[in-house]
Amino acid sequence: MRAAAVAFAVLALAGCGKPEPKVYTVVMSEMAFGPTPAELHVGDTIQWTNADILQHTATARTGAFDVDLPPKTSARTVLSKAGTIDFYCRYHPGMTGRLTVAR
Amino acid sequence: MMRNWMVAGAAALALPAAALAQAAKLNDAQIAHVAYTAGEIDIAAAKQALGKSKNKQVLDFANEMVRDHTAVNQQALALVKKLNVKPQPNATSTSLQTAAKAKSAELAKLSGAAFDKAYVANEVAYHRTVNGALESTLIPGAQNGELKRLLQTGLKLFREHQAHAEMVQKSVG
Repeated sequence: MRAAAVAFAVLALAGCGKPEPKVYTVVMSEMAFGPTPAELHVGDTIQWTNADILQHTATARTGAFDVDLPPKTSARTVLSKAGTIDFYCRYHPGMTGRLTVAR
Repeated sequence: MMRNWMVAGAAALALPAAALAQAAKLNDAQIAHVAYTAGEIDIAAAKQALGKSKNKQVLDFANEMVRDHTAVNQQALALVKKLNVKPQPNATSTSLQTAAKAKSAELAKLSGAAFDKAYVANEVAYHRTVNGALESTLIPGAQNGELKRLLQTGLKLFREHQAHAEMVQKSVG
């Protein structure tokens, strides 16, 4: 009986199919975005942390998000759609990055 | 008329460019003073623009100059304090100030679209000159690693400013 309950629980978790949503940090520092996570899924969160001395934004070219961050502040974006999102800083458009979000 | 204006413009730009070319022999205290002065000059120019311009693109650009250069200069002040270095006035920073004063007086006489055009043209030229100096003399000349790093971040930032100024120039020029 106990074994059956464990087996059921394992099946239930496996059957869920989707990984638990995770929080990833992308750091802005010295006029650049740091590395972005290689594997992202819908429901994951990006925490933008501006470690620079300058104000920056993380602005999606798709319009999905536009986060304006004074120096030494953070904000979060939940990824609600699958796809490729190119982003940049509105104040310093040479600062760019890309998120690739899977279902 | 056009030719005179161009000659005058070239002369105004030639002064800091020539002075900055001499910057190779500066020590860190002098380099810090040149970099700080260059930032202060651009903040003052932006404040002049904020008081005179009505053009949104020009105002946005000027606000960005005040915000970014103030942040970099605060960082520069914190760094020299930490390193216990007193920024040292020198011929390069003095000539920058002299040229800026003349440019400010010239811009003060203009208004409306003529002001916007002249301010933005000067911002393009000024950032180009300062960036050239950072790249060729100030950064290679800096001995302290932290100062060098701050100047390198500054150069990345000011290249963005130059690109932004060139973009605004297309709409007001």
